[in-house]
Amino acid sequence: MTLADGVRQGQQRAIARAISLVENDLPGREELIDRLYPSTGKAVVLGLTGPPGAGKSTLLDRLLSEERKAGRKAAVIAVDPSSPFTGGALLGDRLRMQSHALDPGVYIRSMASRGHLGGIAGATADAVKIFDAAGYDRVIVETLGVGQTEIEIAQLSDLVLLVLVPGLGDEIQALKAGIMEIGDIYVINKSDKDESARLRAEVDYVLSLANPTPERPVPPVVMVSALFDRGIDDLIDSIAGRLQRYAETGEIDRRRRLRLRRELRQQLQSKINDHIERKVEIDRQMDQWVERLISHQETPYALINRQIEWIFKEMDRS
Amino acid sequence: MERKIRILIAKPGLDGHDRGAKYIARALKDAGYEVIYTGIRQSPESIVRTALQEDVDFVGLSLLSGAHNELFPAVVDELQRQGAQDVVVFGGGVIPDSDIAYLRDKGVEAVFTPGTSISAVIDFIEANRERVVSR
Ligand SMILES: Nc1nc2c(ncn2[C@@H]2O[C@H](COP(=O)(O)OP(=O)(O)OP(=O)(O)O)[C@@H](O)[C@H]2O)c(=O)[nH]1
Repeated sequence: MTLADGVRQGQQRAIARAISLVENDLPGREELIDRLYPSTGKAVVLGLTGPPGAGKSTLLDRLLSEERKAGRKAAVIAVDPSSPFTGGALLGDRLRMQSHALDPGVYIRSMASRGHLGGIAGATADAVKIFDAAGYDRVIVETLGVGQTEIEIAQLSDLVLLVLVPGLGDEIQALKAGIMEIGDIYVINKSDKDESARLRAEVDYVLSLANPTPERPVPPVVMVSALFDRGIDDLIDSIAGRLQRYAETGEIDRRRRLRLRRELRQQLQSKINDHIERKVEIDRQMDQWVERLISHQETPYALINRQIEWIFKEMDRS
Repeated sequence: MERKIRILIAKPGLDGHDRGAKYIARALKDAGYEVIYTGIRQSPESIVRTALQEDVDFVGLSLLSGAHNELFPAVVDELQRQGAQDVVVFGGGVIPDSDIAYLRDKGVEAVFTPGTSISAVIDFIEANRERVVSR
């Protein structure tokens, strides 16, 4: 039996191996994904992002319970940063979700962002396909909301939940700067704290300045306390409501097409790049080029244009 | 690219605090490994299921309460039952010398007692790198 067969049958070990394969970008990755692709397209992908300590993992634990009550199989991909210095990572998001560890309908996988080309997005996109093909109805991707990653993850998801908490300061600045435009639902966690009412008012205000369209209406704001299990029903209703609306307006399809477009473009670029690097051994030439520039023997654009002409000629010859 | 080594640090049993386990987890992260940490009071079954889902190469068990002779081998056995005997298990905690041979015999490949330096753990992992990477 092939790895792809094992994944399609939902075997835990096969899924685990398959994800490691894409994560390490090992030989066999492309064949695996191509074999699984016909079985994908059924899972709904949710993104969950927010600043450190916002309570994302605690909230996920509650959401998993709700998914299971609704009879859905759910997979979580929890992405945490790797240390840029050592390459190591401490992946602790599971800690708050271990109550689901023995549930055969829940699969949790931690991923370190590592440093690889194309970022974490490529590996995560393939991991989503693996869970989709393995029959998980929901795939939830959890990331730390600190910049570029939120955007990359948003582009993987059908719907993005942005988790905010009172007392973190610069959130409202970020909101105004537009980074947080990616949220489809704003979740204010720790509603058990007094300051949460003020945060809500601020978020409402910022959202009132947005330009809603029929496809993307003003996002709902939901107050929850993950710790005390309050407001979770409202959140579940909001998710269902948004998903239904996005399905009706064609927004989900639009996002999936965009996602494919981006994936294709990225793959295309990286393959073309690899091909050129291999063919003309750019690394080997680079030292020489740098020398010519630093000694002012040549100017940068003249050099690069001449090299490009040469690269194309080299490629034509082969 | 070098394949990353993934390690699950888990605490079976009823100990209420996990300073030691967290220390090890952080030190291994600093040594460049990907470390998954799941907190206290994990059953052997949930440890093994976590190890399988996370596709780890090593499981490090930490225990202070004295139930290591039951719980460590229980994890090894459960891994075997799940067809994952290739995952390397090691243990740490307050473990009398007299129990170490027994645990080794039961498939716990290394036992680290208090005072062991972290570099001993890293040496152990590196000594097994080839084996786990080629599994
Ligand atoms: N008061 C209060 N505390 C909460 C609530 N939800 C989570 N917390 C606490 O907030 C802390 C962080 O929770 P996590 O779930 O680990 O947060 P996270 O966003 O996953 O954290 P990172 O993994 O660091 O990004 C924990 O101590 C939780 O117990 C809540 O609704 N109210």
